[in-house]
Amino acid sequence: MADGNGRPWNLRESYLFDRPVIAEIQRAAREGIYDIRGFGAKRKVPHFDDLLLLGASVSRYPLEGYRERCDTDVVLGTRHAKKPLHLKIPITIAGMSFGALSAPAKEALGRGATEVGTSTTTGDGGMTPEEREHSALLVYQLLPSRYGMNPDDLRKADAIEVVVGQGAKPGGGGMLLGHKISDRVAAMRDLPKGIDQRSASRHPDWTGPDDLEIKIGELREITDWQKPIFVKVGATRTYYDVQLAVKAGADVIVVDGMQGGTAATQDVFIEHVGIPTLPAVRLAVDALTELDMHRKVQLVVSGGIRTGADVAKALALGADAVSIGTAALVAMGDNSPEYEREYAKIGSAAGYYDDWQAGRDPVGISTQDDELAARFDPKLGGRRIANYLRVLTLETQTLARACGKSHVLNLEPEDLVALTIEAAAMARVPLAGTDWIPGTTNPL
Amino acid sequence: MTAGAAEATAVEVVDLATTPLRELNQRLHDLAGGAEGPRRWRVVNPNGAHAVACGLDAEVEVEIEGHVGYYCAGMNQHATVRVHGNAGPGLAENIMSGRVIVDGSASQYAGATGRGGLVVVNGDASSRCGISMKGVDIVVRGSVGHMSAFMAQRGRLVVCGDAGDALGDSLYEARLYVRGAVASLGADCVEKPLRDEHAAELADLLAQAGVEDVRPGEFRRYGSARRLYTFKVDNAAAY
Repeated sequence: MADGNGRPWNLRESYLFDRPVIAEIQRAAREGIYDIRGFGAKRKVPHFDDLLLLGASVSRYPLEGYRERCDTDVVLGTRHAKKPLHLKIPITIAGMSFGALSAPAKEALGRGATEVGTSTTTGDGGMTPEEREHSALLVYQLLPSRYGMNPDDLRKADAIEVVVGQGAKPGGGGMLLGHKISDRVAAMRDLPKGIDQRSASRHPDWTGPDDLEIKIGELREITDWQKPIFVKVGATRTYYDVQLAVKAGADVIVVDGMQGGTAATQDVFIEHVGIPTLPAVRLAVDALTELDMHRKVQLVVSGGIRTGADVAKALALGADAVSIGTAALVAMGDNSPEYEREYAKIGSAAGYYDDWQAGRDPVGISTQDDELAARFDPKLGGRRIANYLRVLTLETQTLARACGKSHVLNLEPEDLVALTIEAAAMARVPLAGTDWIPGTTNPL
Repeated sequence: MTAGAAEATAVEVVDLATTPLRELNQRLHDLAGGAEGPRRWRVVNPNGAHAVACGLDAEVEVEIEGHVGYYCAGMNQHATVRVHGNAGPGLAENIMSGRVIVDGSASQYAGATGRGGLVVVNGDASSRCGISMKGVDIVVRGSVGHMSAFMAQRGRLVVCGDAGDALGDSLYEARLYVRGAVASLGADCVEKPLRDEHAAELADLLAQAGVEDVRPGEFRRYGSARRLYTFKVDNAAAY
């Protein structure tokens, strides 16, 4: 007897030492360096798929699909900024650097976001003119490395995001390997060409929440209190981090769960540090609610957002908006079967490709190689981003209408149940068919 | 000083005991792009305020009479800011151009991530002076604390006194000159010969900073060994 791959039935693969584990041990022994890759966590963790929405019925009535209004606009940065960010949809593009991505890819993100009235975000490497030109609403990140940080760009930005960490690597710095440090990337970062470039894990001029408050004060002074100031954290001790960021004066908190993508991080870091997005949303909302700051300091959630269902559930748990990164790259063509042959040439396959650090992306997105980047059409890429964002929005509206909501932000935890005990405990919504929320006393 | 007297000496005086910091910074920002307005300013009673004269983008001179808190002259462009007192953490962080001079001492991260211009500390600077510097020149008349010039990328750090532990750790292409003792060098930072071109640039930097009583020949030069520029398993202990 043999299985579908021709292997005899008496062969038994170890659960602990399965083929990917064996391959990694042998690669480590051969190369003597940890595995660095792109993408986010690949392991299965509790996620929005483990929640379901309760559509309307007799006890609630739905809104008429396609006919009755279900608004999607959201305003970020209402706490202190003179010019808050007005978004037409509650889905934004997350920070991704020029360096990690090609200039045309960054342009496409700006084009797509602008077409549907939402914002895009710079990354660890500064603001490019192409990106500014094509992004009607651009969030400028202040990162530990401060590569390319420039007060002129700060003043050109529509919002400022102080990046404390990201979900793929909370507590970790960045890394851009030498083959992606082109002349332009090197010049923007004030570094020699071709070196393996490290980004710091900690900000160079502040440490802890008391300093952060003063740092935010400086950024407000430099920009004359015009711009909303976001604080982005990787999801770990989310309850405390969110409270401290609010105390430090943030207008908007961005919480990135462990499924959030990265351009280049150690695999061990991606898979083993941080908490999933699902519990992170709940902890962040609890922190804001306790401070009476929910909806006053807006919450943006990222890390594994793929569908309108993910968006709707994140909003129902209390987020004001979500951000997409990996899904945006996929929308632009990353991992497309169209490039199957090209992926095979570099030892990968469509659907598996995660070597965003390597700069050999056949689609031309995560590369600084001019020939590869030229394969990518920023107009077409922008159109795909816009299409995808529209689909996410329509899906979110569909679900919100089914729950009887005239604004997607009216979705609430009461609209949710959990499929698994883990998800019920993490999201703090009842297990479907019960009134049981593990870890809490039952209010009923 | 009355408004009339200020006009007579062509110096705009702002008293932070009675004027909100926001108003001072806004008035200074309004001078960007060559706008009309006073070019010489005197700020009194700073009393350790944070973010004094940050984000300037005009060729103005600002004299601050007293001590300042965090981030004085942060992200400075074109302006000359002089502190007649001590400065708190993050003095002239991310300075792009212009000059920032402190008569007294500066706390941590002086000149952090600066991309151009000149920072002069006439007293001592604390730890992490010149951290992640990206093109700024920093001259410290006294000594600097530990981890100074950590991950420094470009620019020059001149220390007329001593340097604390781990000087220039994970250094890139910045050049470091220290006249006194160095407690220890950080990973990948090594002493390099002080050649004539280095003595010449040092003399120029000392002259710019107004330091007249020390000679370039008294300094030692430190820079990157460039061994950590690419990841190699044999350097694992340094990561």
